[in-house]
Amino acid sequence: MFDFTNITTTIDSYLQSVLPHSLATLVECALIALCVIVAYLVFAIIMIYMERKVCAAFQCRLGPTRVGKWGLLQVFADVFKMLIKEIIEIKNSDKALYNLAPFLVIMSSMITFSCLPFDKGLQVLDFNIGVFFIMAASSFGILGILLGGWSSNNKFSMIGAMRSGGQMISYELSMGLSLLALVVLSGSMQISDIVETQTQGWFIFRGHIPAFIAFIIYLIAGNAETNRAPFDLPEAESELTSGFHTEYSGMGFGFFYVAEFMNLFIIAGIASTIFLGGWAPLYIPGLDRFNEVMAYIPGFVWFLGKTFFIIWLLMWIRWTFPRLRIDQVLVLEWKYLVPIGLLNLLIMTICVVMGWTF
Amino acid sequence: MDFNLIIFTGLAAVMIISALLAVTSSKIMRATTLLLFVLFGTAGLYFILHYTFLGAVQITVYAGGIVVLFIFAILLIGKGSVDVTQTSIRRYFASMAAALIGMVLTIYLIGNTDFAGDKFTGDGVEIKTLGLALMGTEKFNYILPFEVMSILLLACTVGAIMIARKK
Repeated sequence: MFDFTNITTTIDSYLQSVLPHSLATLVECALIALCVIVAYLVFAIIMIYMERKVCAAFQCRLGPTRVGKWGLLQVFADVFKMLIKEIIEIKNSDKALYNLAPFLVIMSSMITFSCLPFDKGLQVLDFNIGVFFIMAASSFGILGILLGGWSSNNKFSMIGAMRSGGQMISYELSMGLSLLALVVLSGSMQISDIVETQTQGWFIFRGHIPAFIAFIIYLIAGNAETNRAPFDLPEAESELTSGFHTEYSGMGFGFFYVAEFMNLFIIAGIASTIFLGGWAPLYIPGLDRFNEVMAYIPGFVWFLGKTFFIIWLLMWIRWTFPRLRIDQVLVLEWKYLVPIGLLNLLIMTICVVMGWTF
Repeated sequence: MDFNLIIFTGLAAVMIISALLAVTSSKIMRATTLLLFVLFGTAGLYFILHYTFLGAVQITVYAGGIVVLFIFAILLIGKGSVDVTQTSIRRYFASMAAALIGMVLTIYLIGNTDFAGDKFTGDGVEIKTLGLALMGTEKFNYILPFEVMSILLLACTVGAIMIARKK
């Protein structure tokens, strides 16, 4: 497989030879930040367009067709509309926190985004605690939602924020448990290690039954984490107008909107990394010729293919199921997913200890 | 100048300024948010030292746990915008005493700690070493505190359910 570390080390050594060490590091930081932001926006645009088209397909409609060929420029038109909107000022609210809240949400989402391995060596953050860092970075996005809901000085926003808080904190638990089961299987928390191991077979096949259960739990919990239907109670439009971001206009709303879509991309990206092998091509032991052919397909095609497949699955769920009630959401988590997750962790540990994995 | 030193100075400045603002702010919600920045700064310091595990724990437990808990508590009481500067004389003295004790303790500890300084290698700790130390039964391992902690958490959960059911 092509190794992107060659390119990055070439750039690094060039910069180090031209500039002094600390300045070169600074320039690299800036370059990487620019790459992350550009990638983030490009994927956000693709995601919003895809959501509209997939939604239209499930509802037997055509979706956007008028702006540009096949409605391709629709997203740009939306962004332009959002940019020229008036920024409303809310009376009797904490302006500083009101303006800070969208940034907290988008910061959490961007840090998590930079942990995704797009290809071999094409990854920004690769700590030895990778999976745990992802959980940590995604855990403080909820603060932005809570602060945004509170500082809007609106009881509907407030209810939305409280619902979102309860829901996201709860579902983080079963998400962590399902990821932990796969960490037990891989024996490492470093993302690059996890993907490297999967070049000899994806974990969903190697971990068979417990890995599959963990995958299902992860998808449900991930869907709830992104506040999307059937778990979109925080912004249930029929009850709460639009929940925690009712009072936001212009790009404040835009940040919440983009962060929600990108969280969906990140959830799918992590699922494809941990369960379906990330950039690792399909590997079937024994079929050497087949594996060789598969290895010719570049890693980022594999990664994006798997990620968009999972995104499509989640969108299918989003446009098919009706919304749950808040008590049903919490009962599903605490009475079903957490006990199943704990039991699944135990089964996975037994399988690994007894050597019942492939 | 060393690159780490620049980042450290930036983080330290952010931490000190937000800590001061958190204490002097009259709005309780702002104080909580500023506290969050102090905790982020601490996590940043751990990442500079390559203690990635500690840094991630700092973010998960404090930013994602404690601060969320604080905000939830404030929201549930419904006093997010209450002015906290008006308080009784007894509280003034109690908090002054607590602050003084904390300051004396910190200064004493700083004076008596043998800092690694230049001896510090900054390699961080392997996650496997950490896991084995947490779960080990040998000397300098932490299986007993770990189990005691889990019993404490279980007791908290049972207590919370008892309060929530109100029978």
